[in-house]
Amino acid sequence: MSVLVFVEGLHGEIKKSSLEAAFYGSQVAQSLGTTATAVAIGDVTEDALTKLGAQGISKVLFDADERLKQFVAEAYVKVIAKAVAQEGAKVLVFAHSNIGAAVGSRLAVRLNGSLATNVTSLPKTDGGSFVVTRSVFSGKAFADVNLYAEVKIIAVQKNSFELTSQEGNTASVERFSAEVSDADFGAAPKETVLLDTGGSVPLQEAEIVVSGGRGLKGPENWHLVEDLAKALGAATACSKPVSDMDWRPHHEHVGQTGITVSPNLYIAIGISGAIQHLAGVNSSKVIVVINKDAEAPFFKAADYGIVGDAFEVVPKLIEAAKALDK
Amino acid sequence: MKILVCISNVPDTTSKINFTGDNKEFDKNGVQFVINPWDEYALTRAIELKEAKGGSVTVLNVGEADAEPNIRKALAIGADDAIRVNAHPKDAFFVAAQIAAVAKDGGYDMILMGRESIDYNGFQVHNMVGEMLGIPSVTPAFKLDMVDDSTARLEKEIEGGKEVVEVKLPFVASAQQPMCEPRIPNMRGIMTARTKPLKVVEPAGGEAKSEYVSFSKPEKKGGVRMIDADNAAELISLLRNEAKVL
Ligand SMILES: Cc1cc2nc3c(=O)[nH]c(=O)nc-3n(C[C@H](O)[C@H](O)[C@H](O)COP(=O)(O)OP(=O)(O)OC[C@H]3O[C@@H](n4cnc5c(N)ncnc54)[C@H](O)[C@@H]3O)c2cc1C
Repeated sequence: MSVLVFVEGLHGEIKKSSLEAAFYGSQVAQSLGTTATAVAIGDVTEDALTKLGAQGISKVLFDADERLKQFVAEAYVKVIAKAVAQEGAKVLVFAHSNIGAAVGSRLAVRLNGSLATNVTSLPKTDGGSFVVTRSVFSGKAFADVNLYAEVKIIAVQKNSFELTSQEGNTASVERFSAEVSDADFGAAPKETVLLDTGGSVPLQEAEIVVSGGRGLKGPENWHLVEDLAKALGAATACSKPVSDMDWRPHHEHVGQTGITVSPNLYIAIGISGAIQHLAGVNSSKVIVVINKDAEAPFFKAADYGIVGDAFEVVPKLIEAAKALDK
Repeated sequence: MKILVCISNVPDTTSKINFTGDNKEFDKNGVQFVINPWDEYALTRAIELKEAKGGSVTVLNVGEADAEPNIRKALAIGADDAIRVNAHPKDAFFVAAQIAAVAKDGGYDMILMGRESIDYNGFQVHNMVGEMLGIPSVTPAFKLDMVDDSTARLEKEIEGGKEVVEVKLPFVASAQQPMCEPRIPNMRGIMTARTKPLKVVEPAGGEAKSEYVSFSKPEKKGGVRMIDADNAAELISLLRNEAKVL
């Protein structure tokens, strides 16, 4: 029943969501009385991979083919499928990212396996069943799903597990090759454009998110959101009308029809808290709401609230945040 | 160009979500069903491409008869005909198998759908269909144009950026905004939709690989702690010392 974790890299480092998947995988392995191996692909260094030891991974298979630095589902699936066969893995763990979900879905078909995405719990394995909890209805509910095929594939929701790193433990990295050929890269991207996030983390990986709504009146006021985010080391986001009006780019829009986020802290400024907005943010651990309307529905979902004008309140927050010793 | 658009029938975005029978089933009582909002982007873009290049748009739903009003709505928006695979959509694997079975001999140039459904949020079906048919899947895409008669150019979201991909037909893609402005049906569309063909077919095998055993709702929050606007800076110290998130 060995466990295999798929690890994504970016700019030489392991993505945080992949560290979470590694930690999850090692926990599953422990409960099944086996070990967790990782298979790493992409833009990551061997040095970074040894750090997977801190998440309970002892061995990493690394296909360092240069072409794999770009994500192409068909090629990635080939590499992982080979690792699955080599390790005899029956449980595969991925991060629920665009890449993780894509390769997970294709592998489910290839290996005739059961797949659950958006998973928020470790599996319950009593009585021969293998049940995981996943977030459904855009975060408005959870479902327990029994994965009954022989191979079980799990894509773990970001930020749903606290990493308890065992610093000092290192993983051994083994070179591994699935002998991908040019034919596996038929759908290779022509061009990859990484967004300039001004040095801050991408929204999906962020632990803190500062978000603005129509209450900010116009794009010229966005420095309030940006400055607070900068002071807190946070990513920025917005409500749907804000991106529909082109005040902010679409990839910042969170909610039921936007990005789903589950950071440790979500700060909503001038956002009413419509049900479609809440759907994408309500699994955040702590929610702060700043709104001048005391009746705004968002206060019902909040942990901390300030009734006040954003133009007066936010500058005070920026100042206090800047004064924090990091 | 022959395009297949897959739509799912989901609870309206404002629905309160409840469960019945020991939390084993979704409670449809009083819930309005709509075309999955993300599928509307796929549908509208398909119709735009048809209008520009000719061809046809077929709508496909894997679901029971109660989905037909929304299938008719898709026809009213501008699809030419529809297929309903008469089955309860058990899980993503099952649904993907039905779509692949319909697509296999249909000669479609592209298969479009939304990035995920707002009920089960699987984010799986497009890639599964791509694998089942042995063709590329580009997802989630927010731009789709034709380069020439046999190649499409798509822009897709990656974490922290975007990728531009050119693929040969046929392929599968999933859609999200801002691919296009979803359309609403007009009177003429609604009238003509009534006479457009809606074919009902039985499922083509394909088993599910997972089973939903129970549902639950998130725990209610403990209530909000209000901070005086004049004292706003206190929030930052509470977030550090009490909530421990800074
Ligand atoms: C199918 C569908 C899908 C949708 N999907 C999404 C989604 O994914 N994400 C999403 O966000 N929305 C979504 N929506 C839209 C959603 O219903 C709301 O319209 C939207 O969230 C409202 O955005 P808002 O709160 O920024 O704006 P508003 O509703 O206009 O609220 C602005 C708020 O700002 C406050 N305000 C004004 N001035 C100030 C000030 N000076 N200081 C402080 N507060 C101030 C106001 O009191 C008000 O509460 C969807 C809608 C539909 C129909």
